[in-house]
Amino acid sequence: MSAYQIWFYLIASMILGGALLAVTSRKIFRAAIALLVSLIGIAGLYYWMHYEFIAAVQTIVYVGGIVVLIIFSIFLTHNPGHTIEEPVNIREAFAFAGCFAGFAFVFSLLSRYSFEQTGDALNHTMQVADVGRALLSTGAGSYLLPFEAVSLLLLAAMVGCIVIAIKTRAKN
Amino acid sequence: MNEIPLNHILFLSTALFFIGAYGFLTRRNMITMLMSVELILNSVNINLVAFNRYLHPNIDGVIFTLFIIAIAAAEAAVAIAIIISLYRKINSIDPEQAEELKF
Repeated sequence: MSAYQIWFYLIASMILGGALLAVTSRKIFRAAIALLVSLIGIAGLYYWMHYEFIAAVQTIVYVGGIVVLIIFSIFLTHNPGHTIEEPVNIREAFAFAGCFAGFAFVFSLLSRYSFEQTGDALNHTMQVADVGRALLSTGAGSYLLPFEAVSLLLLAAMVGCIVIAIKTRAKN
Repeated sequence: MNEIPLNHILFLSTALFFIGAYGFLTRRNMITMLMSVELILNSVNINLVAFNRYLHPNIDGVIFTLFIIAIAAAEAAVAIAIIISLYRKINSIDPEQAEELKF
């Protein structure tokens, strides 16, 4: 077993363990911290695949942004030490059966098909300049229009959040 | 990286997807449901990045991942605004208590 393999299985167990804890823990704050572990593991997986830029974006946006937002909203809506309600038993059984069946189905499909690696893809290195050039140019293989659409979407989301969550004062 | 076949990464993302789906179906708390949705989105991102690494000598998958991360951030912000506004109205974030829009 090489160091690469050992790192991959360590990162995979970190991701799956964090995810399992995040969906089963009865303490909501522990669930949020487990989600944090899982997301850091995913950033580590991107780093393992030599996409350092995506790993940095994942760390900044998910770990630094979304998880902090979730923790803030937990503080705003829960008393400390609050335990989450138990799931409805019958629903839990059906959800488990459905998810397990879906996982087994996809697993059997994937294990029957072996993807051929293309050698030049593994040796391809991504420069951050390539990402910038692809996002800010027009023509084939570039993404200026989606980039501008996402900037509009972020503006709309920001205004929408303020409008939805603002405290309206009743008129007398 | 040659030693790990692409299938193993796809197994990982499949497992992550179904863990997220299980959480989304069983949780009775909107914040934890949102956390499950984040797990599902991340499993899709892993797929895109892994296919890009192993099969496609270009950066298209990375750009897709960037867009998904941006949209997930916007989605989480709007969802949390809705949750907080709902909490002010009905003093609970159990989706079964939110019945005002049901009928």
